[in-house]
Amino acid sequence: MSILVIAEHDNNAIRAATLNAVGAAAQLGGDITLLVAGSNCKAAAAAGAGIAGVGKVLHVDAPHYEHGLAEELAPLVVACCNGASHILAPANTFGKNLAPRVAALLDVGMVADVVSIEAADTFVRPIYAGNAMATVKSADRVKVISVRTTNFDAAEAEGGTAAIETLSSVPGPAGLSDFVILESPESERPELTSAKVVLSGGRGFGSGDNFRLLEEVADKLGAAIGASRAAVDAGYVPNDYQVGQTGKVVAPDLYVAVGISGAIQHLAGMKESKVIVAINKDEEAPIFEIADYGLVADLFQALPEFSAELDKLD
Amino acid sequence: MKILIPIKRVVDYNVRVRVKKDGSGVETANVKMSMNPFCEIAVEEAVRITEAGKADEIVVVTVGGRQCQDILRTALAMGADRAILIETDVAVQPLAIAKLLKAIVEREGPGLVITGKQAIDDDNNQTGQMLSALLGWPQATFASDIEFTGEGLRVAREVDDGIETVAVKLPAVVTTDLRLNEPRYVKLPNIMKAKKKPLDVVTPDDLGVDVTPSIEVLNVAEPPVRSAGVMVADVQELVDKLRNEAKVI
Repeated sequence: MSILVIAEHDNNAIRAATLNAVGAAAQLGGDITLLVAGSNCKAAAAAGAGIAGVGKVLHVDAPHYEHGLAEELAPLVVACCNGASHILAPANTFGKNLAPRVAALLDVGMVADVVSIEAADTFVRPIYAGNAMATVKSADRVKVISVRTTNFDAAEAEGGTAAIETLSSVPGPAGLSDFVILESPESERPELTSAKVVLSGGRGFGSGDNFRLLEEVADKLGAAIGASRAAVDAGYVPNDYQVGQTGKVVAPDLYVAVGISGAIQHLAGMKESKVIVAINKDEEAPIFEIADYGLVADLFQALPEFSAELDKLD
Repeated sequence: MKILIPIKRVVDYNVRVRVKKDGSGVETANVKMSMNPFCEIAVEEAVRITEAGKADEIVVVTVGGRQCQDILRTALAMGADRAILIETDVAVQPLAIAKLLKAIVEREGPGLVITGKQAIDDDNNQTGQMLSALLGWPQATFASDIEFTGEGLRVAREVDDGIETVAVKLPAVVTTDLRLNEPRYVKLPNIMKAKKKPLDVVTPDDLGVDVTPSIEVLNVAEPPVRSAGVMVADVQELVDKLRNEAKVI
């Protein structure tokens, strides 16, 4: 088998999700080729060559690949995938945007959000927001797959010695689509999808200001901050905080849900976490049904206490 | 300009789905069905664009059995002008849906296609991207804001890093995210009016598209159950458990 993994990167460094996609590719077994397409992305290609398990890096450098637009990247992936049995991308907004476009250009179906690889053509994926798990078998000549990064161990970022082959770019569809701006809230915190500890807040906070209580605890735990859809819709925090079916899927060692009732759509994004803590003043909240540790308490009292208790630890 | 809105009929988002005992799928008999919420947002956006004078006709289209006429009528009541049902009993997969929609686009000649970013049944998140690939059109997925400029659209997209804005030329495919708008409630007089609006029925054969699935569903199972843990009395006990029992802090 020959697997092409599409790297997500910022032209300098490889994104963590790529490591999980390579991890999934390693489970399939076979030769792993990593496509690093960008603009002035030599450093990212070099980093890709260092990922354990990668056999070859295809490095393509051109201005029209700078922002990872699907319209530009999809024809390139098609040009690079000769002989590939599988094309893998992470199931985040990058992969979800790009992979279906690639599949359609190849005239094949696509299997999205794979959480388990059963065989080279058989995969498990959640449907109905994770309320059911479908095992599906693809008859397509090329399997285009996006993988849930939380379900596959990350490949080691270093130690690999892949050869780098530099290819020339493929002409893009010129001006169909242009990147304008990325507005990314500044944060010193770890990235939500790769953090070991995530603290999430919900509608119970009542305002964006009150998220300070959560931030104080997060600072002490080195945690990332997430939120329920309700908190994002209410404008307490930006959209990139959203954990759930239509937001991010996280699976940290510790997930603390504060003031979150636990709608199915939220659970879909965090129920694979190793340890789940729920703090909610409503003892009937569904979040308690999946929590390892539940505390019925008013968050406005519990969070300052939490912070104070952490200070007592050495 | 004409706007085409592909929509899907799904199990209502308030229904707690049950997996069938034989593992063939989820129970849909006697279950409330509705328009996919993301598709509702797409219809709403098209109506608003038309109300703002940027478009003059909205055509809604769906793929499925005869029963799918109900969501088409809902879309007509929300403000769409015409509906097309591509009638089939096959559970059509995204690539074939995209091919059917491409055939409709070629017939209708819309300047813009808006559809939901994903359907809440199969959670595929593929059809819009596939359609734009087949048409060679730009795609603006996961849209939370759409603005008309002289040359096309400026679309704000909800991405993992925040909000990305792209400028796309028309014609284009846009897929909706949840925060694009809040769909209106349909008023009774509009439901009555919708009954008189045209609803055409075509088949995949009419459109010359093979809808045979390439991906076979072998089994549908319940997800692994996560059992409830313990309740703690206070924060002190919680921190103690996290440190000494779970060893995560």
